[in-house]
Amino acid sequence: MTLFFVSAISIATVLLYGCVGEIITEKAGHLNLGIPGIMCMGTAGGCLGVSLYMGGLSSPTEASWILLVLISLLFSMVFAAALGGIYAVLTVTLRCNQNITGLAITVFGGGATNFIMSFVDRTYFDPAGKLLSSSLPFADSLGGFGRVVFGHGIFVYISIALAVICAVLLNKTRVGLHLRAVGESPATADAAGINVIMYKYAAIISGSAIAGIGGFYYIMDYIKGSWENAATIEAFGWLAIALVIFVLWKPNIGILGALLFGACYIVAFVIPNITPTQREIIKMLPYVVTIVVLVLTSIRKKREHQPPASLGLPYFREDR
Amino acid sequence: MKKEPLIRLVKRDTLSVPKVVLIYAIAIVVSLMLSALICSLFSSKNPLAFFEALFNGALGSSRRVWLLLQDSALLLGVAVALVPAFKMKFWNLGGNGQILVGCLAAISCMFYLGGKIPDPLLIFIMTVASIAAGAIWGVLPAIFKAFFGTNESLFTLMLNYIATGLVAMFITIWVKSGSGVLEPLKAGNFPKLFGNRYLLTVLVFFVLTILMFIYLKYTKHGYEISVVGDSPNTAKYIGIDVKRVIIRTMLISGALAGIVGLFLAGGIHHTISTASANNMGFTAIMATWLAAFNPLIMMGTCFFIIFISRGMVEVRGSFGFTNDSVANIVIGLVYFCVIACSFFITYRVVFRKSNTKNAEADEVKGDKKV
Repeated sequence: MTLFFVSAISIATVLLYGCVGEIITEKAGHLNLGIPGIMCMGTAGGCLGVSLYMGGLSSPTEASWILLVLISLLFSMVFAAALGGIYAVLTVTLRCNQNITGLAITVFGGGATNFIMSFVDRTYFDPAGKLLSSSLPFADSLGGFGRVVFGHGIFVYISIALAVICAVLLNKTRVGLHLRAVGESPATADAAGINVIMYKYAAIISGSAIAGIGGFYYIMDYIKGSWENAATIEAFGWLAIALVIFVLWKPNIGILGALLFGACYIVAFVIPNITPTQREIIKMLPYVVTIVVLVLTSIRKKREHQPPASLGLPYFREDR
Repeated sequence: MKKEPLIRLVKRDTLSVPKVVLIYAIAIVVSLMLSALICSLFSSKNPLAFFEALFNGALGSSRRVWLLLQDSALLLGVAVALVPAFKMKFWNLGGNGQILVGCLAAISCMFYLGGKIPDPLLIFIMTVASIAAGAIWGVLPAIFKAFFGTNESLFTLMLNYIATGLVAMFITIWVKSGSGVLEPLKAGNFPKLFGNRYLLTVLVFFVLTILMFIYLKYTKHGYEISVVGDSPNTAKYIGIDVKRVIIRTMLISGALAGIVGLFLAGGIHHTISTASANNMGFTAIMATWLAAFNPLIMMGTCFFIIFISRGMVEVRGSFGFTNDSVANIVIGLVYFCVIACSFFITYRVVFRKSNTKNAEADEVKGDKKV
């Protein structure tokens, strides 16, 4: 049972990073379907950072926890933000179709990640993964409860902190108000003197940087540094986009939504004595749940539950 | 007075066709040269060898040419399936799922009925099953979109994963050994046309493309689709039943994607895996968009995309890259360049003139133009 919760929280963390990143982007009016590719790119960046840092040491036991966390965070955020930057240039400045650009970003991000990972030195991924996922020292002494709540690597707590910060930022601060205005009606925001282009760039790039950490977390913490290909992370990316709808564009609800999705995802692997056929059926659950929520919210049509009004539309000042 | 900004953008009138073609050609050449440079950078080979390998990989032998044609035809089939939906501004991102369920329906017929009934009858049943399965997968999101305004891009996206799950589930039922690989089935294989096993696929999707072009351009349905796409309010005002158009169009869209699945099952692989759709649902979105939703131009864009990806197989081999990701990088780069160049077709960049009088004159002229 403890294992179930611990694994569910791990998957939830991957999804939460992607979800929070996508919420910020969508609040600026940009539906970024490139999130799966961007999460892959964050993975590649973070892994590159880890291998550069660990490779420079004489033995993996010398690695300092804080440096490893900072370096890998920095690398994965920069790589993901760079790809997000390409998306921003294409959709904000060049006003290209967001869906098309996003899909292209995903194709490119997945390919580039597989390519980068094929020459990244993975010798020390195992100790690095163990170090990054090392829990708080007093977790084990508190029994099952302690392991579930405190037994995770730092990245789990960063994701929760980010979600809370984003929720406060969006709803309680002037910056958040401006950002939401840009997403609802860029023309009105522009008339009110808000720098629309700047807000859109900032939201897309910071959102991408946050999403990028998710992919890296999955590789380093959840599967402890092993690597096959980018397809799994891409699947998480699409699920994260679905999660944004599921939690109605609210980062704080995102924490609970991610937990639910993580539990749905993991439940198929932990139930003992089920046939492979039943396992496949249970694995479809998160997607079915998302569709149900999608349909229910569209039927209820509450105003605060709707997507940002200008989502997906390019803004051209002279178009009015 | 505040100075005029250094650079500003003005929307263009429609450009002439040769100019548009020229802009796209430049974008493609630039992106390919970029790819050649990147590939040679990572393998210390001559960049020109990139183009040689690219062409050799796509056109090097008659088998390669036929494979190129077959794959282009399949992608074209998906693009033809998606294009009525996109013309209606219905973002059908579920091509992969619709192909997969079509393929799954055909394979189930082959698995359960194969050997028990004559092949022609079996192929007929497979065709009906695939079309029905694809149509159901397409119409589900359409019904909810029509009645409740449910976001179709996310709905179709989720259906992709459910389709993948269904395929994985049926494979666990069919393959008792647990290997997860279904051996190619003998029954219900499509006949060779004039002794050529690629020709049937190519011909069928070529004909479907022509039919779709006529459907969109010269029929009442096609007209309704474009009105609903351009302005749903106008459509309501002139008495078009928007809900009906959405549902009908997605039935057609899903059914056509199902046919692609049918050919994957009966004509090409004779088996199924969760990766059978080969991501064509997404690739075809690019193809339709690049072709500005015109089925005839789609023939060109599909051929081009497959040309690059088949050519990259050879580039990968001769440049000594260990995995197939390089193809995705190059295709991604081509997409970026082509997407970016659509900007220069819609907008004109105007620089600040040093003489204010000139600028004002230009302004007046510009206003008239717009």
